[in-house]
Amino acid sequence: MKKLDKDRLILGFAGPALALVVAFALSTLVLLVSNRDPFELYRLLFEQASYSDVQVLIINQAGTYYLAALAVAVGFRMNLFNIGVDGQYRLAAMMAALVGASVDLPGPFQIALIVIVAMLVGAFWAGIAGILKTTRGVSEVVSTIMLNSIATSLIAWLILPKNFGDQAAGSNNLTTGDIAESGWFPGLSLGPESGEIYGFTFVAAGCGLVYWFVLNRTRFGFDLRATGASESAAQASGVDAKKMILTSMLISGAVAGLAGMPTLLGDTHTYSLDFPVGIGFTGITIALLGRNHPVGIALSSLLIAFLDKASSPLDQFGFEKEIATIMQGLIVISVVISYELVRRYGTRRQQQKVGEELAAGHALTTEKEAAL
Amino acid sequence: MGDPPADPRGTVSHPLSLRLPLLSGQGECVINASSSPPAVELHGITKRFPGVVANHDIGITVRKGTVHALVGENGAGKSTLMKILYGMQKPDEGTIAVDGEQVSFGNPGDAIARGIGMVHQHFMLADNFTVLENVVLGGEKLHGIGSAARKKIEEISDAYGLGVRPDALVENLGVADRQRVEILKVLYRGARILILDEPTAVLVPQEVDALFANLRELKAEGLTVIFISHKLGEVLSVADDITVIRRGTTVGTADPAHTTTKQLAELMVGSELPSPETRESTVTDEPMLRVEGLSLSMTDPDGVVRDVLSDVGFTIHKGEILGIAGVEGNGQTELIDALIGMKSADSGVITLGDQDISRVPTRKRRESGIGYIPEDRHRHGVLLDAPLWENRILGHVTEKPNSRGFLLDPKAARHDTVRIVREYDVRTPGIEVTAASLSGGNQQKLIVGREMSHAPKLLIAAHPTRGVDVGAQAQIWDQIRDARREGLAVLLISADLDELIGLSDTLRVMYRGQLVADADPATITPEELGSAMTGAAAGHLEAAPEDEA
Repeated sequence: MKKLDKDRLILGFAGPALALVVAFALSTLVLLVSNRDPFELYRLLFEQASYSDVQVLIINQAGTYYLAALAVAVGFRMNLFNIGVDGQYRLAAMMAALVGASVDLPGPFQIALIVIVAMLVGAFWAGIAGILKTTRGVSEVVSTIMLNSIATSLIAWLILPKNFGDQAAGSNNLTTGDIAESGWFPGLSLGPESGEIYGFTFVAAGCGLVYWFVLNRTRFGFDLRATGASESAAQASGVDAKKMILTSMLISGAVAGLAGMPTLLGDTHTYSLDFPVGIGFTGITIALLGRNHPVGIALSSLLIAFLDKASSPLDQFGFEKEIATIMQGLIVISVVISYELVRRYGTRRQQQKVGEELAAGHALTTEKEAAL
Repeated sequence: MGDPPADPRGTVSHPLSLRLPLLSGQGECVINASSSPPAVELHGITKRFPGVVANHDIGITVRKGTVHALVGENGAGKSTLMKILYGMQKPDEGTIAVDGEQVSFGNPGDAIARGIGMVHQHFMLADNFTVLENVVLGGEKLHGIGSAARKKIEEISDAYGLGVRPDALVENLGVADRQRVEILKVLYRGARILILDEPTAVLVPQEVDALFANLRELKAEGLTVIFISHKLGEVLSVADDITVIRRGTTVGTADPAHTTTKQLAELMVGSELPSPETRESTVTDEPMLRVEGLSLSMTDPDGVVRDVLSDVGFTIHKGEILGIAGVEGNGQTELIDALIGMKSADSGVITLGDQDISRVPTRKRRESGIGYIPEDRHRHGVLLDAPLWENRILGHVTEKPNSRGFLLDPKAARHDTVRIVREYDVRTPGIEVTAASLSGGNQQKLIVGREMSHAPKLLIAAHPTRGVDVGAQAQIWDQIRDARREGLAVLLISADLDELIGLSDTLRVMYRGQLVADADPATITPEELGSAMTGAAAGHLEAAPEDEA
């Protein structure tokens, strides 16, 4: 038994490791073909990552990615593909910023209010896709993609100065107004050189814990995973599949709503036209790479954030910083392929092992193995 | 029996001397068939195969122009062996000779080119295509897709008495007809050696007889049939030779003329064949499940509304096993779905004990004491990629020992899984392995153990021993019988008529969504039941089969 467990652990790491090695090799190839020195590039990337201010940027970015990826992962565990995290977090951040700018409660309440609004808006936006799926059978992939576009248009309209937006004098940027200072989430300062880690990054880590606990230790999580593994079996076991689809879309949307919070509460304190976009799509990559596991997602968030942040000054050294985007794309392709390969290999290998152990007469029949 | 002497005189063609009188004694075959090289000779086949049973030093000789039965428990290695012969797997050791020539197959295409064809247990036909289209699909190069193909199909159909209509739509065909289309497909591709994998599993007795008549025709035309089965009575009636496989190796051959099912079973499992018979009656007069006027209509893919259940009503008492016989697809699945709450009936009342559960969700029904052994365990019974202990939780996540309040109790669930594994003899090295790595029989034992562990009041058992080996079958029957003695009510749905008749206290026949007939299991025979299943008889079935009430 112990041996099987160890095997599973090794296989668990084999997928990502294989993916990264392949992605690394492909990236090198792309660079060589385009006449760039790959090793110079890698050296530069790591040199960037050795600066403490870049490290803080990476961690802050990773926190945001982590939340987006968790939102996607909740869907994945349920066999739902929530591509709409992007629209959900942007709409949620905007609404939360609006509420935060127009209400002034004492400290923690202000923050709690903003966060709750963000979660509700995210859940609402994802819930539309959930209701469409359960009542009309509309694929959530299609509806969430469309809801992304609708969210973009809706935000653009809402933020017009004639509606809820503010336009600072002498600026083309539109904002939703500043959130009262009581609603600024305190960060962890690492000195003036390095900057500040957003406080919400720690909330993100906490969300990872909750995610793990709910999925693995609660009845609800079991039902959710069962539905994701086999909807028919879950239904026979008493799960109301429609309710489960709707619930998990709502949860996924609520978590997506949090993805804008580190930036909003820790940095910009307002939603503006230059609020980060595309986090939701990066979240899909990260959830895939991290195999929907909270720790895996954390490591993948750091990796992608590293590529993002360490690549931004590359221009100064004669490299196009889009190289990082190419590398991320190569990682996605390698991940999809290598995980499937490792999964098949793992299934075969386990069947073989079970066969061997049974043939050797190691069937589980004694009390002492009950301890396992 | 045994190895016919190798005779170089034989050619690949099929001498007329093989045209035996139908239904003749097997003795004559021996004399005639030994005059040419065997159709198939497997020697020393060993396959270290990712699975529970590997093949080990298997030797089989199939004489030309015979029906050769391969029997063995599920998981004994029959399928692996046939996959090797059909080119789907490569043996690690050993040799295969077809018509006396050594061959090595890399894929099924090689096997087909050598004249070997396989009819799988699960039909592989496109429903929305005609028979002709299905037959030519993938074999367009042989005779085109037009009149030449049609002519060829009719020719084959006539030659072997298959009675296939080339222009019939497959979706309108019954199971037996579909099977004949599958056989025709294989013959169309020029097969001289046919492998049939459990061909009778889906047929009623009358259809089995018809199939066997077809097989005899094929044999008479010089074709060779390898027939995989674990239904020993059938094997004895149709086979010329029998090879028994146990634990991945050949344990013996038998001459059907001088063998009884009992002897064969002993060879197969190394012990006595269990019987599904229920001895003393434990039926009480206390109703456990009452179903009244249950109706359900569904829209099929063509947009036609069909009654899949109409006015179904029955009562199961405590300690009673009610068996429902019927050809698959006559509403049994929908009846189960309605009882378990996966489909809500259009009308009708379901009462469990004294509680009306007609509108209660599935989970509540299961909590209130309905155990469920699903007909398709992969779809409804297990999570294949989840470890055994999580599969033990499935369906009972709200009950002890699996959870406390809203939290799972993995420790208790694991502990109880170990108990189930031990008590129900699930063969596994541990409880952390995935359900997919167990054989079908062991998955089934786990399901039965799980359902029995929650002291059900009503057990819905759909094909509880399908795909389960003889040993496990006996065990499952025992467990159902024991629970019945304690007052369990059981709804038994099965395609195995011996099982139905043997276990049930009361029998009903389902045909086109209705319960059309009832019978006393003490006096009914499988043949009589079979005719009611095809709609030929209704009402109370008496011992005299012509009685049409």
